[in-house]
Amino acid sequence: MTFTQFVFFVFATVAVLSAVAVITLRNPVHAVLALVLAFFSAAAAWLLAEAEFLGITLVLVYVGAVMVLFLFVVMMLDINIARMREGFARYFPVGLVVALVMGAELVLYVLSRAPEAPPPAPTPAEVSNTRMLGEALYTQYLYPFEIAALILLVAIVAAITLTLRRRPDTKYLNPAEQIRVRREERVRLVKMKSES
Amino acid sequence: MTELWTSLPEDLRTVVVILLKIVAVLVPLMTAVAYTTFAERKIIGYMQVRLGPNRVGPKGWLQPIADALKLLFKEVVVPTQSDRYLFFIAPILSLGPSLAAWAVIPFNDGWVLADIDAGLLYVLALTSVGVYGIIIAGWASNSKYALLGAMRSAAQIVAYEIAMGFALVCVLMAAGSLNLGDIVRGQQGGLLHWYWLPLLPIFGVYFISGVAETNRAPFDVAEGESEIVAGFHVEYSGMAFAVFFLAEYANMILISALTALMFWGGWLSPFPESWSHWPMVGGVLDDGLHWFLLKTAFFLFCFLWFRATFPRYRYDQIMRLGWKVFIPVTLVWIFLEGVAVALKIEPWFA
Repeated sequence: MTFTQFVFFVFATVAVLSAVAVITLRNPVHAVLALVLAFFSAAAAWLLAEAEFLGITLVLVYVGAVMVLFLFVVMMLDINIARMREGFARYFPVGLVVALVMGAELVLYVLSRAPEAPPPAPTPAEVSNTRMLGEALYTQYLYPFEIAALILLVAIVAAITLTLRRRPDTKYLNPAEQIRVRREERVRLVKMKSES
Repeated sequence: MTELWTSLPEDLRTVVVILLKIVAVLVPLMTAVAYTTFAERKIIGYMQVRLGPNRVGPKGWLQPIADALKLLFKEVVVPTQSDRYLFFIAPILSLGPSLAAWAVIPFNDGWVLADIDAGLLYVLALTSVGVYGIIIAGWASNSKYALLGAMRSAAQIVAYEIAMGFALVCVLMAAGSLNLGDIVRGQQGGLLHWYWLPLLPIFGVYFISGVAETNRAPFDVAEGESEIVAGFHVEYSGMAFAVFFLAEYANMILISALTALMFWGGWLSPFPESWSHWPMVGGVLDDGLHWFLLKTAFFLFCFLWFRATFPRYRYDQIMRLGWKVFIPVTLVWIFLEGVAVALKIEPWFA
């Protein structure tokens, strides 16, 4: 076992263990942090596979932005742990079926792909991962990429319009008006005789 | 000694060399952090017409060491009903990324710990991870002030990270590379070729976002001592507090160094190349580490200068600046730059 393989197995083990921790830990904040650790380990494993752009983007997007918002929401919740475990026996068979189906699909996929796909030839060191991904995305897959971006934009606009409420009772101040205020409009200096 | 060295296995030797390099980066960095706190107190002192610390050692020069010793010997108080483990993990999580980001910073041509292609992305990813330390500290402390500070900080960092990411995209488009060394090399050719000129608005956006990302004045609502006492680290004392402090200053130095690298030519000298052949002063006028350090020190000084000059922003003003001013500015600039790059407009983006 080479050093790289050893490092890979360390990260892979941490990823699997933290993924298990996500669903077994009782405290939701701890579970979110375990998920962060799982993402991190997965990113490290990708780095070892020389997919540095994907690995770093995983950290940047999921760990740096998405999970921060997750944590934000979970921190605000007041979750009753006893009630969360109530329906365990009832939901267990359904969960088991879903898990079995997903596992079977994964195994089938791996089995169907493994023999005919030879390991890709090692790319020369000077070829940048980022450059190749960019070229593929913006030439070959330009339309799917742009359409995906547009769908995301529509989703953002829809989410904002769904939750937007105009509230006339807030004491909103227009910043432009605030900036335009002059001293004379606010302060008046008054000369007064001192009362001895 | 050499025999012992060559007898070691190859992998082990690589690990030892990397560790030594890490030490060579971190020891000066930690010293710089310690003396930045001293510089801050002195400089703000002079700006406010007082002397600043001048009792410990000659002219107060041993003050940071005295501070560190005091913090080391103080008791670390753990609040009741706090989450003990997360309470102590939080400061480490905030220090770790701010130190790890230094791995890709080139100090001089070729003087870099990890010369990776995606250096810029790596820095952006790590600076975005630093927010976990603050959020976890706020939550684990079991204190309302700490939680409020953490919420403010998280919202602020998420907002400014977008502007910062877009600013980095502009730099990337101008340089055509994500490698920080290549970005500096792309600026060769004198003061006017550095990216501050073609990317002037982006330079402003980046540096101001950097100040906001490090939670420094005038964007330090996460601390907000006038309304939420000290924000996320209100419950921390002794060394646990000191680690937060270290992270904040290491981040400040990191942002200064990145600004120097991406917009002010890193180790490049502002003088023409022919001047470096002059007798006596030629070596100083040539490119080198000293220019990088000088530029970084200048931006670090700006951080302190801002703190002494500007009153704190109101929270909604911070959000407005981030979302409604900086992000549109960067978006417009990305579009213009894209056009310039596509049409190969000189002298900007050849």
